[in-house]
Amino acid sequence: MSAAGHGQGNTAAHDHADHLNEEAHGSRKGYWAGFALSVVLTAVPFWLVMTRPLTAQATAMIIMGFAAVQMIVHMIFFLHMNRRAEGGWSMMALLFTIVVVVISLSGSLWVMYHMNENMMPAMDMSQAG
Amino acid sequence: MSEMAGVNRDLFHLPEEPHHPEGSSTMLGFWMYLMSDCLIFAMLFATYGVLGTSYAGGPGPRELFDLPLVALNTSMLLLSSITYGFAMLNMTERRQGPMLAWLAVTGLFGLAFLSIELYEFAHLIHEGAVPQRSAFLSSFFTLVGTHGLHVLFGTIWLVVLMVQVRLKGLIPANCRRLMCLSLFWHFLDVIWIGVFTFVYLMGMLR
Repeated sequence: MSAAGHGQGNTAAHDHADHLNEEAHGSRKGYWAGFALSVVLTAVPFWLVMTRPLTAQATAMIIMGFAAVQMIVHMIFFLHMNRRAEGGWSMMALLFTIVVVVISLSGSLWVMYHMNENMMPAMDMSQAG
Repeated sequence: MSEMAGVNRDLFHLPEEPHHPEGSSTMLGFWMYLMSDCLIFAMLFATYGVLGTSYAGGPGPRELFDLPLVALNTSMLLLSSITYGFAMLNMTERRQGPMLAWLAVTGLFGLAFLSIELYEFAHLIHEGAVPQRSAFLSSFFTLVGTHGLHVLFGTIWLVVLMVQVRLKGLIPANCRRLMCLSLFWHFLDVIWIGVFTFVYLMGMLR
C-alpha cells in the first residue's frame, strides 16, 4: 500500500490522495459481499414480522440480533472500519460513542420504565390533593 | 527561521510547525462529526423508546405502519449504498464519467427514498396521525424526520459535489469531499437499520 508502488499521480498531493483512496475504499467484491449480506439481514427480519412464524418475543430477539449484525456488516464493508484507520483513532472514537450510546439508551429506558411502574397506580390526583 | 539560527537561546517550542499534507486530518474530523451525530440519534431513539407506547388513546403502530412500503424504502437506501460504493471505486480508478453516472443513480435512489417517506408522512397526517396527536407520534416524527432531513441534505451535498467534479475534475480536494459524503451516506444507512428494526418492525410486534 505504499505511495511509491502506486505511482500514477505525479505530484505529492496525488500520491497522498491515491494512498487515501486505497486505504478507504475496499473492492468491488467487498461491496457486493456487503450488499448481499445486508439484503439477507434485511429480508429475514421483514419476513419474520410479516408472516409471524414465531412468537412475538422470539421474533423480537431475532430481529434485534439481525440488526446488530447488519450494523457491523455495514461498518466493515461500507464504512471500511478497521483497527488501523487513522492510526486507530477512528476505532477509538467509535468505541467511545458505542459506550455512550449504550449507557444513554439503556439508562433512559431503565429509569423511565421504573418511574412509570411506580407512578402509574398512585396517579389519583383527588386523593393526592 | 534563518534569523533565529544565530541566536543562542533555548527553544521551548518547535521552530516550525510539523508539516501535514493539506486535508490529512479531514477524514478523522469528519468521523468525529458522524460520531456526534450518532449521539443525536441515540437521544432520539431513547426518546422514542420511552414514549413509543404512549398512544394517548390515538392510533398505534399496527394501525399506522405499512410494512411493504417500509421494505421498499429500505431497499432504496440499500441500493443507494452500493451504487455510492461503485462511484467510489470509479473515483479510485480516476474514471470521472462512470463515477458521475453512479453518483447520479445514488442521488435518484436518495430522492426515491425521500419521496416514499414524504408519501408515508402525508398519508399519516391525512389519517389524523399528526405529531401533536400523541407522545408516540411526536417521537416517531422527530426520529424518522431527522433521519429523512439528513438524507435530504446528503442528496443536496451529492448534487453540489457532482457540479464541483464537473467543473474542477477529480482534484484531491474533491476526492476528499466525496469520501466524506461516502461516510455520511453509509452512516445514514446504519441509522436506518436501527429505525426500521426498532420503530417499524418492533412496532408491528406490539
